[in-house]
Amino acid sequence: MNIVSSRQQKIHPHKFTLWIAIGSIIMMFAGLTSAYIVKGEQPGWTSVVVPKLFYYSTGVMLLSSLTIQMALKSFKERGMQQYRTLLTVTAVLGLLFIAMQIIGFYQLFNSGVKLEGGSGAGQFLYIIFGLHALHVLGGAIALLIMFFKAFSAKIRNYNSVPVEVIATYWHFVDLLWIYLFVFFLWKV
Amino acid sequence: MSNEALHGHSEVVTTHDVHHDEHHVHHHKETFITKYVFSQDHKMIAKQFLITGMVWAILGGLMSVLFRLQLGYPDQTFPWLEDILGRWAKGGKISAENYYALVTMHGTVLVFFVLTGGLSGTFANFLIPLQIGARDMASPFMNMLSYWFFFGGSIVMLSSLFIQTGPFSGGWTAYPPLSALGDASPGSKTGMDLWITAMALFVVSSLLGGLNYISTVLNMRTKGMSMTRMPLTMWALFFTAVLGVLSFPVLLSGFILLLFDRHGGTSFYLSDIYITATKQALPNEGGSAILFQHLFWFLGHPEVYIILLPAMGMASEIISINARKPIFGYMAMVGSIFAITILAFLVWAHHMFVTGLNPFLGSVFVLLTLLIAVPSAIKVFNWLTTIWKANIRFTPGMMFALGFVSLFISGGLTGIFLGNSTLDIHLHDTYFVIAHFHIVMGVSAFFGMFAGIYHWFPKMYGRFMNNTMAYIHFWVTLAGAYLIFWPMHYEGLAGMPRRYLDYSGWESFKHFADLNKFISTVAMIVFAIQLMFVFNFFYSIFKGRKVTTTNPWGATTLEWTTPIRPGHGNWPGEIPEVHRWAYDYSKDGRDFIPQTEPIGPNESHH
Repeated sequence: MNIVSSRQQKIHPHKFTLWIAIGSIIMMFAGLTSAYIVKGEQPGWTSVVVPKLFYYSTGVMLLSSLTIQMALKSFKERGMQQYRTLLTVTAVLGLLFIAMQIIGFYQLFNSGVKLEGGSGAGQFLYIIFGLHALHVLGGAIALLIMFFKAFSAKIRNYNSVPVEVIATYWHFVDLLWIYLFVFFLWKV
Repeated sequence: MSNEALHGHSEVVTTHDVHHDEHHVHHHKETFITKYVFSQDHKMIAKQFLITGMVWAILGGLMSVLFRLQLGYPDQTFPWLEDILGRWAKGGKISAENYYALVTMHGTVLVFFVLTGGLSGTFANFLIPLQIGARDMASPFMNMLSYWFFFGGSIVMLSSLFIQTGPFSGGWTAYPPLSALGDASPGSKTGMDLWITAMALFVVSSLLGGLNYISTVLNMRTKGMSMTRMPLTMWALFFTAVLGVLSFPVLLSGFILLLFDRHGGTSFYLSDIYITATKQALPNEGGSAILFQHLFWFLGHPEVYIILLPAMGMASEIISINARKPIFGYMAMVGSIFAITILAFLVWAHHMFVTGLNPFLGSVFVLLTLLIAVPSAIKVFNWLTTIWKANIRFTPGMMFALGFVSLFISGGLTGIFLGNSTLDIHLHDTYFVIAHFHIVMGVSAFFGMFAGIYHWFPKMYGRFMNNTMAYIHFWVTLAGAYLIFWPMHYEGLAGMPRRYLDYSGWESFKHFADLNKFISTVAMIVFAIQLMFVFNFFYSIFKGRKVTTTNPWGATTLEWTTPIRPGHGNWPGEIPEVHRWAYDYSKDGRDFIPQTEPIGPNESHH
């Protein structure tokens, strides 16, 4: 018995659930960035210089958003070969983004921005960007699962909902990154 | 009154059971593991939440009995305490560290693991698909994960009771620096790490559950079930989930920063600290403990309504059914739940009036806080007008629902005192606060939960709970709750602070010694009666009087159109279609009209 499709839906419950989950994640980062604003006005605050590398990782993130959208399009047009390739490219770009974030953290760390000690923008940067990278990692893992599903010969899948869900999530982490990046450029 | 008398009303509903045997009866095989352990059936998950919550309630209640023993009899020793608590109660007297650990764990366990997980976990899971007409949740798998994260969190929290340095002991609000510095107290060491881990798992559980509840209510309603035809339980559980989904992530971000302060050396909450235990000045600078309070209470206040709203929804439903009258002011009830949800996010700083908050900002929060009295009063008056001149059936569920209204009124009124920032200067951190929140959200939410359990037990297990024990349970608990918490108002007004180990050393509080003894004695009696309830619950699962009709209470809602023991998927045939709202009681000379019955040609409008 298929519990989900028992009724004609305007919007698939899984997609809807994702939208609420996105609201929930937004609240988490809203909590962190508003904590940043509150703390930034207090004495003893130290600021940081955001590494140039993060501009390039922004480019990678934007590019991956484009590839996931193209993957969704080719899935809907049943271009499975192209779909698999684009899925792979997106996952690789996602992992590349995480790698660049980690390198960026090293650069910051080597320039003297440490976790320990007095409060400052650096401590927030590590945690907020780190949490964002974790969310990208979650998306990349989901992409890998989709990737292996796409190669399994036994199951022919015409249901585009999972692809749409992951694409929406991927665009969300992209937008979230742009928000966080602009926030840091503006507030630091 | 016995339930037998109620059975006369049930003929109408049985017609729904006739026309479907030919359809599927659920084909996939169920083993013990998939049916009782890793179940994806929302009804089984609800029972798992309920029983886990009950275990926690017994533990949390027992903790309160232990520290009440200290508060009531500070000069006596109880050698048996050393037998069960070991070195935490040397010589039969609870040590100061253990006292704080007990108080902290009592709060954490009851607020989160019983009244959030156990209450909305149980009833949101159980009632949402049944009352909106869905086969299961939007994602049964996520729903199962929600329980197992809750279970995992429970195990971690429980394990913190058994470690050498003891569980966290800095108060359930976990304010830094006590929660951020391992050297601050024994409980701040491993106990706090386990506390944060358990709470993180709990937050994940709440989010997974909440996402499901929201998307199920909005997307999976059966044909004809418009939002305004939903029973008030659905509205309440829906807004509860909204509150949880929007506020728990903020708590989680607060915990993440706390974790980095503990182990990463960061200064989010810490500043200029010298620890006498290690004779060491810490390098942390510029942190602010108030920041944690903001992040904590941004969840913490909505949390109060996460606890209270399900109780309100269930009380509305049970009162209407047993008054045999439509709920008074349905749309006003929905509107007031909505107003409470919005206001819940705008009042958190009233917990922080004495932290040096800007007095102007304080007055804004006073205004917003007192505004909550408006929707709360709307709800109270609607409950009272619903039972006004009604032919009330005093079932155990109804008794507890009425008890809920009583407690909500008496506890809510003291909230108006506390919401004033000027009065709060005197009342803050006194027993007045303890009395207020225990009555308004502790005991009253428990009453809502009991009402729900007694009322929906026949649907859960196909049997009734024992009525005699239920009535004893009700009267002792109601009288006990008032006897315990009413005197605390006087103690609080006299300035008696909360969280002290021993008040006998203070001249100003010495004359409360007998009163404290009295409170402790009543607390023990009330706790014992709860054990009788637990006995009644488990006894009735196996030996209770069997339910013989599908609709024993004569209710209009959809859950009573399912078979007495519904399988996974709830309805053996088609999901019934809904034609009317949930409160057609005593209409056009009929006792009740189920939601599934089409509107007749000559029917009057409600």
